Amino acid sequence: MNRRLFRRFKSNVMTGVLMACVLAAVLPLLFILGTLLLKGAGSLSLDFFTKMPAPAGENGGGVAHAIVGTLLMVGTACLIGIPIGIGAGVFASEYPGNRLAILSRFVADVLNGTPSIVIGVFAWTWIVARQKHFSGFAGSVALAILMVPMVMRTTEEIIKLVPHSLREAALALGYQRWRTTLQIVLLTALPGILTGALLAVARIAGETAPLLFTALGSQYMGTNLNQPMAALPLTVYTYATGPYEEWHRYAWAAALVLILMVFILNMGARFATRRMARLGG
Amino acid sequence: MTTAVSAPRAAAAPTGGAYSLEHASRGDRVFKALLTLAAASIPVLLGFLVYELWIGSALARQTFGLTFVTTSEWDPVADKFGALPLIFGTLLSSFLALLIAVPLSLGVAIYLTEFAPRSLRQPIANIIGLLAAIPSVVYGLWGIFVLIPFLRATVFPALKGAFGFLPLFEGPIYGPSMLSASIILAIMVMPYIMSVSREVLLAVPGSQREAALALGATRWEAVVTAVVPYARTGIMGAIILGLGRALGETMAVTMLIGNRHEIAASLFAPGYTMAAAIANEFAEAATPMHFSALTYVAFTLFVVTVLVNAGARLLIWRVARGSGAGSSAL
Repeated sequence: MNRRLFRRFKSNVMTGVLMACVLAAVLPLLFILGTLLLKGAGSLSLDFFTKMPAPAGENGGGVAHAIVGTLLMVGTACLIGIPIGIGAGVFASEYPGNRLAILSRFVADVLNGTPSIVIGVFAWTWIVARQKHFSGFAGSVALAILMVPMVMRTTEEIIKLVPHSLREAALALGYQRWRTTLQIVLLTALPGILTGALLAVARIAGETAPLLFTALGSQYMGTNLNQPMAALPLTVYTYATGPYEEWHRYAWAAALVLILMVFILNMGARFATRRMARLGG
Repeated sequence: MTTAVSAPRAAAAPTGGAYSLEHASRGDRVFKALLTLAAASIPVLLGFLVYELWIGSALARQTFGLTFVTTSEWDPVADKFGALPLIFGTLLSSFLALLIAVPLSLGVAIYLTEFAPRSLRQPIANIIGLLAAIPSVVYGLWGIFVLIPFLRATVFPALKGAFGFLPLFEGPIYGPSMLSASIILAIMVMPYIMSVSREVLLAVPGSQREAALALGATRWEAVVTAVVPYARTGIMGAIILGLGRALGETMAVTMLIGNRHEIAASLFAPGYTMAAAIANEFAEAATPMHFSALTYVAFTLFVVTVLVNAGARLLIWRVARGSGAGSSAL
């Protein structure tokens, strides 16, 4: 009888320990979000989004150049990465047993696990070293390389959810295969594919490492992708590691903006996934 | 979900077969060509990446050969490069991070699959998933201004007081240090290990638990004797996957580890990792040899992470065949 009580007791204690683990895992998140709000929210104003950094020692100012840079580079990365990723994903789902499909699926997984700093070195040797100058475009290419495997794998998974009867119905009606794929399969899967793309955007928007020696960062407002370019994550890095109080304030506010961006993209993607899951049944 | 052919697809195979090349219309051929191009671009890109890193590191490889990984001197002015402290720092920080993160994330995964009230399971998993969405540089920022001052004031002195006789906790307490970097790394890899091992645990058949419970086991005993052993291989995979993440993690580590090319016994001393060295020095490298040495480091890091990730994938796949476990995290 005692032994049984002890076993029950042990089970309960372990449940408590596990709950403590959950608490310990959630605490850092709350701490990080809390400090971001505490230290960053105060500096957020219209100026922060529309003005350039004020000289050290002065109040006000913003990081408009970094916001523009991030939008431009992430946008360019999307233009390069999303079509290739979707194309490869459609290929892999249309010809699942094809050797090329198996190979590119495998390589996509390899690339997905590759540290982003290595992709940065690659973009440097490929573009920056050849052009002999840093550029926002090189940064975009590095980000696009990070995007492609993510977009490809989600596209493939989502297309698998499209009911096969839809495809058969279209083919039976005499649709050619490419029109079936484009107009029936892809259109049905579109919300899910967009979700995958959004998640990929959310991930690359916060990437710093691949931009360090491609886009490099810049103190000036610039929209020329052939020039060094500022980006929000780079701004956080430079200002956080800089010596001035004022810079640290910028870093916190920029980090808050960055994280809001990433979270909104994430939530949007999750919402869309839920709708898609219902669709695919 | 790497396992390819699901039942409906297999059934429809004749549909695809009916479109032999002779019958395919021009539209079909153009469409397939475009898709093939997109799919082929991925392996081509990887091949190019390996080629560029190989060529880029040629100078350092030929000059230093194996001494590159066995010596510790890193002097850009004299063009002398030895990456041993980087390799040591990468391995040690990742190992320490796993030491902290593994028990924690397994605890969470087990709680969420076996004990938590059903209505709480998904929300908690989602919240911890948010940790994975936080950009690395934000972890770094938080680490510099919140975590390090906290550790320095409370945890480090306590460790030194209790274990100061060990060489591991000897010497002066710096803020940026191997231990600070490892702790932030632990927070960062935890959500990955947690979500993959949760998926693996979810793939354990219910009959496994029920059998143990029916024999009179308590819930904890059922977990220890029936569920975890069944999922062991997959959990190993999840841990190795976390290792892959930790090895390549750059920004937060760069901001917290102190960046010193030295092998120190004390965890309170600054160190360096491969990724951090690339991040710090690449943009400022002046000589071709310095670039080449850093590219060599990048190449080594690439090879190591590919091997680690391939191993993880294999293990996860063996347990959770077809359940898609790990595909989201990889």
